[in-house]
Amino acid sequence: MAMTLTENILARAAKRNEVVPGENIWIDVDVLMTHDVCGPGTIGIFKDKFGEDAKVWDKEKVVIIPDHYIYTADQKAHRNIDILREFVKEQDLPHYYDVGTDRYKGVCHIALAEEGHTRPGEILFGTDSHTCTAGAFGQFATGIGNTDAGFIMGTGKLWVKVPPTMRFVFDGELPPYLMAKDLILRIIGDIGVGGATYRAMEFAGDGVYSLNMEERMTLCNMVIEGGGKNGVIEPDQVTLDFVKSKTDKPFEVIRAQEGAQYYMEKVYKSKDLEPVVAKPHSPDNKANVSEVKGTNVDRAYIGSCTGGKITDFIAAAKILKGNQVKTQTFVMPATTEVARNLKIEKLDGKTLEQIFLDSGATIGPSSCGACLGGPLDTLGRLNGDEICISTTNRNFPGRMGSKSSAVYLASPYTVAASALTGKITDPRDFI
Amino acid sequence: MKKSIQGKVFVLGDDVDTDQIIPAQYLSYNPAIPEERKMFGVYALCGVPDAQSGLPKGNIPFVPKGDKTSPYTIIVGGKNFGCGSSREHAPISLQAAGIEAVIAEFYARIFFRNSVNGGYLIPFETPKRLCEKISTGDELKIDLEKNEFANLTTGKTYPLTPLGDIVPIIEAGDVFKYAKQSGMLDN
Repeated sequence: MAMTLTENILARAAKRNEVVPGENIWIDVDVLMTHDVCGPGTIGIFKDKFGEDAKVWDKEKVVIIPDHYIYTADQKAHRNIDILREFVKEQDLPHYYDVGTDRYKGVCHIALAEEGHTRPGEILFGTDSHTCTAGAFGQFATGIGNTDAGFIMGTGKLWVKVPPTMRFVFDGELPPYLMAKDLILRIIGDIGVGGATYRAMEFAGDGVYSLNMEERMTLCNMVIEGGGKNGVIEPDQVTLDFVKSKTDKPFEVIRAQEGAQYYMEKVYKSKDLEPVVAKPHSPDNKANVSEVKGTNVDRAYIGSCTGGKITDFIAAAKILKGNQVKTQTFVMPATTEVARNLKIEKLDGKTLEQIFLDSGATIGPSSCGACLGGPLDTLGRLNGDEICISTTNRNFPGRMGSKSSAVYLASPYTVAASALTGKITDPRDFI
Repeated sequence: MKKSIQGKVFVLGDDVDTDQIIPAQYLSYNPAIPEERKMFGVYALCGVPDAQSGLPKGNIPFVPKGDKTSPYTIIVGGKNFGCGSSREHAPISLQAAGIEAVIAEFYARIFFRNSVNGGYLIPFETPKRLCEKISTGDELKIDLEKNEFANLTTGKTYPLTPLGDIVPIIEAGDVFKYAKQSGMLDN
């Protein structure tokens, strides 16, 4: 039977000619990523199961990126980074991006791509649900827990159930007021937060291929919010140019086979779509911005693996440029590379950094920040009953901190437009 | 594998995500350290909005204030239980609080895998929605051989979906023991 892109990648990793949805297979892993929140538990399991003196299966294939709890006084958080540091030293791991050094990156999913660890055709597992972001590079990438990660550390293998593929096609280039975030929020609203459970979500169509890599990453990043196992986009020249600019490592582009069977296919006409938000308290609680405009917000937040890339900040800056925010606004670059680019990228002669500071926004350090609430002293955390509009990925109760806060998810355009008015605002009013 | 699991049930609704099961502010505890692992039990399900905590009435704490474990042994939930992040701290926190099994319509994939591969609890699925038919505090008895459970408080019996593919891992104890038994890992 002809295989989809996801099935074909899994078949290669299982060293088999064919796999079919629903079967359980053992696959070889190309990259295992972990961070400061799940790394210590993973290392604990690895040592418990393989012995105190055990070595990781392949030190070139383990990537450790502290990113969650960096800028906090929580001593246990610092202790956890010490555990990572000690393990890296003991195992002599080359791919570690330590806090407090020039190598420090910030948000792991963006760092993986910037540092050339995301490559077409490969298998990437990470101890973070948004590991699915890397499917944008035409690879199989998904989140796992500490036990599975400990197993991979010792063996380089994991069992997976082959997922059937749901295919989402966007016909036509995006109108100038839409971003990838609008597309994925639309899909999640249509299928529900459990709508892709145990399935792959593949994105295609000239609407998708007109997007740059960062926007494609945003699409794949949020498949987990639909319950998807992985998101994936078949590579094109844009993918290959990006990957080759980041790494010299060889990789093999894998494609779907002619006549592959999909669980379902849904086609959207890009020009018919509107900017959307996910209302509190679920990523599938979709509304067109036009339906909720005028709703008061107390805070605007631009950051995270979903909405803290340079493309996201260029979009936000287009709207904030020359204007003053009316609500507390946080700009949280995902990585140190994004932060550096805020000082380099210019719009009409002004750097993005200057545009944000002039507008009255607060620029924070590179990390996961308040996307997941985190320690109580995290910059931007919702500590009371704030209503926040955010470029992040999840808005279940208490996600960004307090259980009594509320979060609207939206594109960087919509968040920036709303920051200027203090109310949910259609970005078309400013574009 | 046990033949039966019996105890009081705590009832929740749909889409109970990992931030509700164990809020992110507690993730700096390291589950590999036994003393810190206990803290996950103390804070288990403290992120659930009060009105949804212990249905149908709500406002019931899963772990009574000052206690380190929960008086409940089984959780009944709705759709998409355990959605959200990949944190293994979620099934660990339920286990640390005293939960042995969850019964839900279906699970988010990573929570399901973590529960099974780590051997923390058994994630049962039901063919029908039950979270409105059972009340927090009812005494349940799960029969693992018959794939059903009885509500001893009301006298009603409900079917469970057979566990299927995951039985060998549950029987072995966790994914490491399973891999050793199946020859994937050396003993």
